[in-house]
Amino acid sequence: MTSIALRRPTFRWPDVSLRALRVWQRNRDVYLQLWKSEIIWPVVEPVITLFALGVGLGGLVELESGQPYIEFIAPGLLAVWPMWSASAECGWGSFFRMENQRTYDAIVATPVSVEDVITGEILWGATRGLISATYILVVITAWGLVDSPLAILVLPVTVLTGVMFASISLSYTSVAWSISSLNYFFAVFITPMFWLSGVFFPIERLPEWGQTVAWWIPATHAAEVYRGLTSGNLHWSHLGDIAWMVVVVGIFYALALFSMRRRLVK
Amino acid sequence: MKRYGALTAVDGISFSVRAGECFGFLGPNGAGKTTTIRMITCVSPVTGGELTVDGMDVRREPRRIKGAIGVVPQENNLDPDLSVRQNLQVYGRYFDLPPRLVNERIGEALELFQLSHRQDDRIASLSSGMQRRLTIARGLINSPRILVLDEPTTGLDPQARHMVWQKLRQLRSQGVTMLLTTHYMEEAAHLCDRLVIIFQGKIIAEETPAALIDRFAGREVVEVHVGEAERRPLMERLDAMDGVTVEEVEDIIYVYVRAGDGIDAAALKLEASKVVYRRPNLEDVFLRLTGRGLQE
Repeated sequence: MTSIALRRPTFRWPDVSLRALRVWQRNRDVYLQLWKSEIIWPVVEPVITLFALGVGLGGLVELESGQPYIEFIAPGLLAVWPMWSASAECGWGSFFRMENQRTYDAIVATPVSVEDVITGEILWGATRGLISATYILVVITAWGLVDSPLAILVLPVTVLTGVMFASISLSYTSVAWSISSLNYFFAVFITPMFWLSGVFFPIERLPEWGQTVAWWIPATHAAEVYRGLTSGNLHWSHLGDIAWMVVVVGIFYALALFSMRRRLVK
Repeated sequence: MKRYGALTAVDGISFSVRAGECFGFLGPNGAGKTTTIRMITCVSPVTGGELTVDGMDVRREPRRIKGAIGVVPQENNLDPDLSVRQNLQVYGRYFDLPPRLVNERIGEALELFQLSHRQDDRIASLSSGMQRRLTIARGLINSPRILVLDEPTTGLDPQARHMVWQKLRQLRSQGVTMLLTTHYMEEAAHLCDRLVIIFQGKIIAEETPAALIDRFAGREVVEVHVGEAERRPLMERLDAMDGVTVEEVEDIIYVYVRAGDGIDAAALKLEASKVVYRRPNLEDVFLRLTGRGLQE
């Protein structure tokens, strides 16, 4: 057989189908087996944060708006803890499934496509975020830190933010060379987002360039929207925040599809 | 054809598998067996040539092909956190099979592979032989017409290996077409109706195991262990004989006898203790065709 060394255009539309849900179901089933050990971080950590920063540090803090500090940070936690859950799931979790357990290999040998696997993983990451957000919402409501019934809309918005953080995280995982190299992503990207996206102090406290940076990072917009929903003070600019996050989802979902395909299909 | 940049891993191989037969791919590590399997199972794109599975083009209908075949991978990729039964349920869902049908088939598959008593146990508690049987059972969950097995018994102890072979023969007798790769010659001889030997990305032989042995190893193999001093006169005597092929490997001379009544120690003027007679096997064929050097 002869073949000519022409470089064939390799672009093709991603082959995503409803079978992505089968991947989501697989992850759910494993989670239901392991939930007792998985649940401890997301349950304990937000409560400790509310105590340490809200009650402890909050007694020393006086905001310009006169709002109690614990009330200020509560909606922010709704943004950043689920961010951690979704990112960790599509970071360490996905990497472990892909490289250590070879779960992806087992799945793509069935009628499920590589793109279905990626989509299912992102949907599951978002679900982990949603579980976390639901829990925190219950805690801060019981604590009396929620002023508006609109707060229930936190849940659908978390589907969006969950998909966003899961897509960003899986995009990085697709180029991670080892499980410990994921530390770079969490140290350089997720941790700064956690502290600097207007959750623990208003971003106006940052120097001007810092505020510009903060505007670009997705967690800032998530925190803004949650702040509006839990207080009932919605503004047109929140639609802008949502739109911004939709754009980020589009970019990083496409990137995750493309980059994971490149890694998995050889 | 499969290219990775400048490397051609599988180079224009051509073969067809008949319905209901067991077809083997033999070859040393790195010969291109697994790459071929990955292309057949639509996991790795074909970079040149034609490949159809059950009449379907791997480029056009990967999902339909994957739905019609069963795959038993070389590596263990069972879900370690799930039970035996859950593993099969989860896998059946990937095929969009109704849960009732899957449960029926799980019962049958566990029965066939003698795992029913372990169905609620986690994977980690199973022996490697049981895990392998479960992996094969998993590959049968969609009742495939074609079962593709990549080194199905590598790493198993003899008992476990023979049990897997017996189950695979049983499946073949039920009409399941099987494709398998192996580098165990005994496995190929036990299971395969026809086989190809792949070497450096090319098919270098294709026949039934018996025909391959007859053609490349003859009727009898004589192994002669001799010292340096006796070697030269022996080689001269062997060269003068008809119907034999001689191969010198380190301290052993292999004589492949193709015809006649064979040769005896007296004819070679050697002590009988230095000569071993045996029936040729696939291993002789394999080593003759792919060389005795380490393939790394």
